[in-house]
Amino acid sequence: MAKIKSLDDLMKIKEKALKGLKMRDSGKKGKIIVAMGTCGIAAGAKDTLSAIVNYLDEKNVEDISVVQSGCFGLCDVEPTIEVNLEGEEPIIYGHVTPSQVKRIIDKHILGGNVVSDLVVKRGEL
Amino acid sequence: MPTVENTILICAGGACISAGEKSVKNEIEDALEKYALNEVVQVVETGCMGACDLGPIAVIYPEGVFYQKLDAKAARKIVEEHLLKGRIVKEYLFKGDTGEIKEKPQEEMPFFTEQVKIATRNLGVVDPLSIEEFIAQDGFFSLHKAIKEMTPQDIIDELKKSEIRGRGGAGFPTGLKWELARNNKGNPKYIICNADEGDPGAFMDRAILEGDPFNIVEAMTIAGYAIGATKGYIYIRAEYPLAIERFSKALEESRKMGFLGDNILDTNFSFDIEIRIGAGAFVCGEETALINSVEGKRGIPEVKPPFPAEKGLWDKPTLNNNVETYANIPMIIRNGGEWFSQFGVEGSRGTKVFALAGKVKNTGLVEVPMGITLKKLIYEIGGGVPNGKKLKAVQTGGPSGGCIPEHLLDTPITYDNMKELGTIIGSGGIIVIDEDDCMVDVAKFFIDFTVEESCGKCTPCREGTPKMLEILEQITNGEGTEEDLEILKVLGKHIMENSLCGLGQTAPQPVVSTMRYFWDEYLAHVNEKRCPAKRCKSLYRVVIDENKCVGCTACARVCPVDAISGSPREVHEIDPEICTRCGSCLEVCRFDAISKVSP
Repeated sequence: MAKIKSLDDLMKIKEKALKGLKMRDSGKKGKIIVAMGTCGIAAGAKDTLSAIVNYLDEKNVEDISVVQSGCFGLCDVEPTIEVNLEGEEPIIYGHVTPSQVKRIIDKHILGGNVVSDLVVKRGEL
Repeated sequence: MPTVENTILICAGGACISAGEKSVKNEIEDALEKYALNEVVQVVETGCMGACDLGPIAVIYPEGVFYQKLDAKAARKIVEEHLLKGRIVKEYLFKGDTGEIKEKPQEEMPFFTEQVKIATRNLGVVDPLSIEEFIAQDGFFSLHKAIKEMTPQDIIDELKKSEIRGRGGAGFPTGLKWELARNNKGNPKYIICNADEGDPGAFMDRAILEGDPFNIVEAMTIAGYAIGATKGYIYIRAEYPLAIERFSKALEESRKMGFLGDNILDTNFSFDIEIRIGAGAFVCGEETALINSVEGKRGIPEVKPPFPAEKGLWDKPTLNNNVETYANIPMIIRNGGEWFSQFGVEGSRGTKVFALAGKVKNTGLVEVPMGITLKKLIYEIGGGVPNGKKLKAVQTGGPSGGCIPEHLLDTPITYDNMKELGTIIGSGGIIVIDEDDCMVDVAKFFIDFTVEESCGKCTPCREGTPKMLEILEQITNGEGTEEDLEILKVLGKHIMENSLCGLGQTAPQPVVSTMRYFWDEYLAHVNEKRCPAKRCKSLYRVVIDENKCVGCTACARVCPVDAISGSPREVHEIDPEICTRCGSCLEVCRFDAISKVSP
């Protein structure tokens, strides 16, 4: 760790650390809910979850929170995720493998277009 | 790094650790791992959140839901329900007086909302071991401002403007103390932080060191720059292992980043801090005894003057402040002395951290503006006396302080008001006493403490305090006379006038003060051989009401000394000669047939 010499050095650390503290306040634009029931986990939801978190990080998406939930009740199409953006109807995707995660984030979250071939349900559960 | 979505702040103050915080934390971490949440949920152990009677406590962000009285089972449930499924677990939420559930008591309850946090601002907010989080809360910016933009005199002027007075007990104006230490000739000079918190019931210094150690590093370094010292010592008592551990780590981190050591922040100023561990003698909180102890000598006090600011550590000018005093310094530098003086009242500026203990609902640590009334502190913030009992008095200032009776609770807490009432703010320990407590017994407790802790150097304290204890024991045993009360008064006056240090000079205070306000209780003990609160074991008997006893045998079965006789379904009887007044039978009787009576 380099020694702090100036106010600029201090500010840099402050800003970086504040980023880490930021999540303690909400203020996100939307969220991705990952179904993490036993069925989801058995179908690979754990990998899906880390893929989402990592890919959002890679793309520097900070205003989307990732939330875990229990089983959606759609066990035959696990892993399932729900993409819930502010002002839009929630979309549930099924069979979301890590490779599909990138598609969903690129197309839906960043591009604003629903990935139709993966949709299992639109609207509230 | 994956994005963190939830943060669990777990209070890792001493009280919560004792209440089982570790098992809660372990269970949370196990459960998070099990459900693969460990990468997206961050667990942070913070310093004391203050609400010690609710511990172990966890607050889950971003929602800010406050869970209390947790155990391992609760921890698992919270992970499974709240974090996994997004459902709040109602059974571990805070419940108000009428049983209403509050998700976020920290935003509604007077215990939290009436507080003004300056010295304890980071407690329960940051990870105490993360220097980055401390910097994120503007930590070390005051140090930067102090050594790059201010002269030592500027700093002292700000402290004088703030009118802050020492928080360790004596209440000496801090700005003046710094100025004296700066102006006195001598080289080198030293900084000391007194963390030998010894008053029974006071634990704010421990909480600050455990919860925000970098704050004290920053403050001591500013002090070093202001008085021209390059070396500081912090004297922490050995009973505070966690504080020692966290402070040591804080020192290491601060050195790595250049906030301690040579050429701090790329300037010519160099300063470092060393920890000295005290062996737990109460007298070592007295500054001259503390200095002896830091030097490696036996911790006994010296005659003052000369004061440490003139001749302190190794006879060099030394600045010694208490932990809580230092904890305010960075905020005063950052916001200015005027800002600080807006809190509190004339003569007592700023805030004070109080440790609420005894017969009060919300025990714990609170920081409030000075000048608040005792009534507000105890009833609004403290929640009043539990179990519908009546408040009798409030003890402040520990063994050096005195009692304030119920009818004077409207008094604003200031240095001068407390002095007038015959007590002190001291380090901020507040012990609430209810109708079940005997004031003679309270006085005896504190004298017993000072007898143990007297260092033995001067005669009045060494010989006088045991004599006072002896007389108090006679009184509580029903063997005292009115003449004894007179002797107590004379002895007390003599010890206070002739003792060498603060310990002896204030030791009789609990007796003097209880005699002043509760003279009738003393008289009842000596004249009627009666303890009005039925607390002194020699002065009451435990009896069974023959009209109420149904002969259930519950009392006889629980009596540890077989003092209760009687056949089933017949009235029982207690033999007062055998009875030890342990009170076990009182607790088990379901027919309200057993009571204490004065002889």
